Amino acid sequence: MTEKKTSKQMLNELVAQHYADAGKAKAEGKLVAWATSICPQELLEAMDIYVVYPENHAAAVAARKQSMDFLERSESCGYSIDICSYARVNLGYKDIMESDACNIPAPDLVFCCNNICTTVAKWYENLATELDIPFILFDTPFNHRYEAADHTIAYMRGQLEHVIGQLEEITGKEFDYDKLSEVMRISNETAYWWRKACFTARANPSPLNGFDMFNYMALVVCIRGKKEGRDLFRLWYEELEERAKKGLGPWKEGEEKYRIIWDGIACWVHLSPTYKILKKYGVNVVTSLYPDAWTIFYETNDIEGMARAYSYYHANRCVDYVSDTMLGLAADFNIDGVVFHSNRSCKLMDFTVYEQQRRLEEKAGIPSVVFDGDMCDPRVLSQAQYETRIQALVEMMERRKAAKEGR
Amino acid sequence: MYLGIDIGSSSSKAAILDDKGALIAHAAVNEGTGTKGVERALELVFDEAGVEVDTVKFTVVTGYGRITYEHADKQITEISCHAKGVSYLCESAGSIIDIGGQDAKVIKIGANGIVENFVMNEKCAAGTGRFLEVMARVLGCDLSDLSHLAGQSTKEVPISSVCTVFAESEVISRLASGEKRSDVAKGAHRAIAKRVSGMCGRVGLKDCVFMTGGVALNSNMVKTMGETLGREIKAAPYPQEVGAIGAAVFAKELYEKA
Repeated sequence: MTEKKTSKQMLNELVAQHYADAGKAKAEGKLVAWATSICPQELLEAMDIYVVYPENHAAAVAARKQSMDFLERSESCGYSIDICSYARVNLGYKDIMESDACNIPAPDLVFCCNNICTTVAKWYENLATELDIPFILFDTPFNHRYEAADHTIAYMRGQLEHVIGQLEEITGKEFDYDKLSEVMRISNETAYWWRKACFTARANPSPLNGFDMFNYMALVVCIRGKKEGRDLFRLWYEELEERAKKGLGPWKEGEEKYRIIWDGIACWVHLSPTYKILKKYGVNVVTSLYPDAWTIFYETNDIEGMARAYSYYHANRCVDYVSDTMLGLAADFNIDGVVFHSNRSCKLMDFTVYEQQRRLEEKAGIPSVVFDGDMCDPRVLSQAQYETRIQALVEMMERRKAAKEGR
Repeated sequence: MYLGIDIGSSSSKAAILDDKGALIAHAAVNEGTGTKGVERALELVFDEAGVEVDTVKFTVVTGYGRITYEHADKQITEISCHAKGVSYLCESAGSIIDIGGQDAKVIKIGANGIVENFVMNEKCAAGTGRFLEVMARVLGCDLSDLSHLAGQSTKEVPISSVCTVFAESEVISRLASGEKRSDVAKGAHRAIAKRVSGMCGRVGLKDCVFMTGGVALNSNMVKTMGETLGREIKAAPYPQEVGAIGAAVFAKELYEKA
């Protein structure tokens, strides 16, 4: 009898398979799309287009310390160092198309949804122009108010219908609505299990180490519409639930002393030191805004519901929504503090950091620190400064705990 | 005896409290982490205190070099140590503006010297002691003379660049266009004060604000900071050694708690 695989084994195999299958699909003459990380991939999957995600690829390249070659390439082509490092890695990769870390095949089309970032369209537009391939944009207007207006939803719905026509034209096939229903159903199931797994961290101690969440995230990006993804996250949930029942914490050694929210993208390029310094002080990242980033729920075959769900990614919503969400998570996960990653790459997220910090302190008395870093550019983080900030946060959290316990 | 050591990026400081908690020695040496500065600072304080090393019951280390220093019983961040040190020296202190060699921070202090909140500068050297070092070099004077030079200013020349590297070239071009050294020096002080006052706004200042860190030895910087913020700012006693003094206070508290 073969032993049942752990979710970690499955994760590693599926990541490798995702990239291998992409190369195979291209070799077999299938269409390949480069797409943004939280886009309606359902439409592409339904048309049997193989989708790869440049952000995810850039993160994988950075995590293996390979990003500098690509950053230097795009910078030498004239892209400013102030531009997002996902974009710079990818725009460099587009020219080099070879990395020791992992490879993605050249795209036949690009598919851009600007819910993740208001400037991402420029990156994709450049790809499409330089590679002379179709550029499909799904424009999700920023939600300045708490809820999306009806006309915004109607605008997005119209676009989704238009995309269907564009895909029919590109593939020369009629749109497969049955396959779309199937992918919609699976995508919702995957999102369900992803969220459920991440939310096991509410237990005290948390069975989940937040940096594992960062690793598993690779696949909620890449195979959300595939049943392998759903099965992986269900298994991961079962394992975490089992750990929680046994009262097991996030690590084999060391106790979870402080529970924090990590706000912003991980420093993929310095994953190990940023993780180890937190662990050294017993600090576990129990949650972030990521768990809900891919909880894109809608009814199968409800295109309008799908439009709304994609519009509601937190980076596309107003400051009030984000701070309410953060305060909700802080209460729900019993948070001691927050680490804000002031990411040189991500102006959109950085803009609200100080206000979020102020509200957390004012409304919930939760201490926080901000550190300068970047997701893929290794030149930005100073480890010594990072450690000083983390340690200062620990000292503040410790004092608050002591005061609460009357020590 | 209780020993506090503060190993900064450009200077090393040490302080000793006696068993009753009185400050009996403190010293600063202008050589920071990775040098013999810490050994020299320790020699100075033990000489001044007239006590032997083995009388030390507990040692706390702080500062940039704290993580790699192996001879202390505990390491604590400079944020907590500055708050502790200032409130030991001045009970009424509400806020601290600490400008060191490569860090600038604003700290809000609670009862018994606890840190209520703080902000630190971003990664770059803008608004830190390093900025003044670069300015002194371009203006052709010693760092210790910069305050006096700025004091002679009659017409402040604004330095608009935030970045230390750009500010350096801005200063060169100002001097080349015939501006007086003293006026440019005053502008450099103002540039730091403006940068740091933004941080003060973020964390909020309480009454009774003290400046600490090596930059507080520059009296014109303290004055410019006060002018910019529109309130009285005082240099803490022994501003450079405050972190080490706070570390020594922690050493006593931790020893007595254990």
